[in-house]
Amino acid sequence: MDIFLQQLVNGLVLGSIYALVALGYTMVYGILGLINFAHGDICMIGALTALTVAQTLAAMGLPLPLVLLLSVLAAVLVCIALGVSIERVAYRPLRHAPRLAPLITAIGVSILLQYSAALIWGKQYFSMPELVKPSEIALAGVHLTDLQVFIFILACTVMAGLLWFIRSSRMGRAMRATEQNPEVAGLMGVDVNRVIAFTFLLGSAIGAVAGVMVVLYYGIGHYFMGFMLGLKAFTAAVLGGIGNVAGAMLGGLLLGVIESLAAGYIGDLTGGVLGSNYRDIFAFLVLILVLVFRPSGIMGQHTGDRA
Amino acid sequence: MNGARPHPLLPDDPRLKWALCCVAAVALIVLPFAVDALLGRAWVRIIDVALLFVMLGLGLNIVVGYAGLLDLGYIAFFAVGAYCYALLASPQFGLHWSFLAVLPLAAFVAAVFGVLIGAPTLRLRGDYLAIVTLGFGEIVRIFLNNLNRPVNITNGPQGITLIDPLAAGGVALNQTHTFAGITVAPVHGYYFVFLACAAFSIFISLRLENSRIGRAWIAIREDELAAAAMGINTRNIKLLAFAMGATFGGVAGGLFASFQGFISPESFTLLDSIMVLCMVVLGGMGNVGGVVLGAVLLTALPEALRYAAPLQKNWLGEVYVDPSDLRMLLFGLALVLMMLFRPAGLWPSTMRRRELAGGGNTHAG
Repeated sequence: MDIFLQQLVNGLVLGSIYALVALGYTMVYGILGLINFAHGDICMIGALTALTVAQTLAAMGLPLPLVLLLSVLAAVLVCIALGVSIERVAYRPLRHAPRLAPLITAIGVSILLQYSAALIWGKQYFSMPELVKPSEIALAGVHLTDLQVFIFILACTVMAGLLWFIRSSRMGRAMRATEQNPEVAGLMGVDVNRVIAFTFLLGSAIGAVAGVMVVLYYGIGHYFMGFMLGLKAFTAAVLGGIGNVAGAMLGGLLLGVIESLAAGYIGDLTGGVLGSNYRDIFAFLVLILVLVFRPSGIMGQHTGDRA
Repeated sequence: MNGARPHPLLPDDPRLKWALCCVAAVALIVLPFAVDALLGRAWVRIIDVALLFVMLGLGLNIVVGYAGLLDLGYIAFFAVGAYCYALLASPQFGLHWSFLAVLPLAAFVAAVFGVLIGAPTLRLRGDYLAIVTLGFGEIVRIFLNNLNRPVNITNGPQGITLIDPLAAGGVALNQTHTFAGITVAPVHGYYFVFLACAAFSIFISLRLENSRIGRAWIAIREDELAAAAMGINTRNIKLLAFAMGATFGGVAGGLFASFQGFISPESFTLLDSIMVLCMVVLGGMGNVGGVVLGAVLLTALPEALRYAAPLQKNWLGEVYVDPSDLRMLLFGLALVLMMLFRPAGLWPSTMRRRELAGGGNTHAG
């Protein structure tokens, strides 16, 4: 039972990170119908930027909270610039092209980002400077670190903020209108191009925060880390119902829990035949099962064309 | 789409056409020996690899070019074929089957994998397929990497060594033979086998393109709803495209295993899938000539980029960009630029050009 609770908690923390990345996929998909393959790599760029800034600032001897704040800020700014310019240069000219064209472009952008990162940061693993020394909290037999609590709370705050923003703000309303029908929204006075650019801005900013969380959580960053992160986040978005913001959050948390529990128990269940080195497979299994049995996801509506 | 349409590259006069074909055939036969003499044996090997990639590119072209289904895990079928051959013709299990039995089996197993991965996703929209195939490619690699315990099947990351070469009637292709005074090294022998296979693939692709099935694929690519309304069983036809493409990959994989004599999961990464995709996109989706061009260009390019390292050293004093990274950077850039400025590829098919240039009627969203 202890193991179960422990894995559940680990899964929730991991899942909250997946959820943040999944938001970027789901918002763009909702409005453009495009799988933005480059999103995972934008998170990677954010993570590596934050690492570099943190290393430099820590070497200058600044206090820890300031270092963290500044590195997150730097990551967010870099990712926003990147996300918006990618949309402007690579995706916007192809908005009315056949479906295959923007998809292939997105893959191209993703490779471009990965290898630009390899060029800038090199191909080795980067470790977070020893800034954060997580202290353990024991709670009902479960071992938690304050870092985990911090990540989870921050992720939930960001998600709640986003939900409020989309429900209540003027721009949020414009986003919802564009999602329903870009042409009519345009007729009603919504600047569709601005809304789409803003969607990329928002997704990239949240992705940057998620990227920083990943390096905080695992302590390392790598130029290829965006690939798996992106794939899992996309799975989370599909699981929750792609295009649905609340669904992406739910899907992310659920996927994190499924993955942690499965990785924790697979050794026992199969008598040691399969180990936790198969961990990365579960996300795909979930993806395929969802696509077979409920392609619209948990919270998605049944729209034939979308699915 | 009628057969009487004059070919843009071939002359109309049938005698001239024959003469041209004969010249091309002689050139292709002499090519490996000429390259061997002029550029060295390493380049003959590169040509061999290029021919393998021609086969892979044509296979992916069926899926992406004809049927319009984006497959990002295509290299998995290549891996399946290669491991099929390696397991049945190497000391790993002590089996040494003839390639005449193994290659068809490899093709069949790859096709089964194609159907398995296609079946759950093909009734959904195309972009899901891209992600699922991406995941599938990774799953295959993870399994190949980890299936060395508790029962050692794939030998894990170490890969399988000492794979049997292609051999028939006591003539093995990994030895140098002399026929009528001409020395035929292993790379030359494989060249002719691969050339025959690539030519056969080209033949099949061309025949498929104008067949009932090929037209059904193109119809689905253009407008799935309309195709279904015309009585095409879209799901089965798409599955067929998947299985057919996978078959090409499986055969190429088996040939690759016998050619290299050694395979490991390293050779079947996502980047290899992307590279084959680049060949198809760069050359011209849906056009056999374009795909062949793309495959040859993109196999030769990395070799040419090898000269980039000494150049950097000479000019800048240090090697800043590793040639293999430079290659991937260029691939990524090429994908983006091609889609923006020349979406139909370097050598586009007439139909595809019309479709991609016209835009408007196939609205995304």
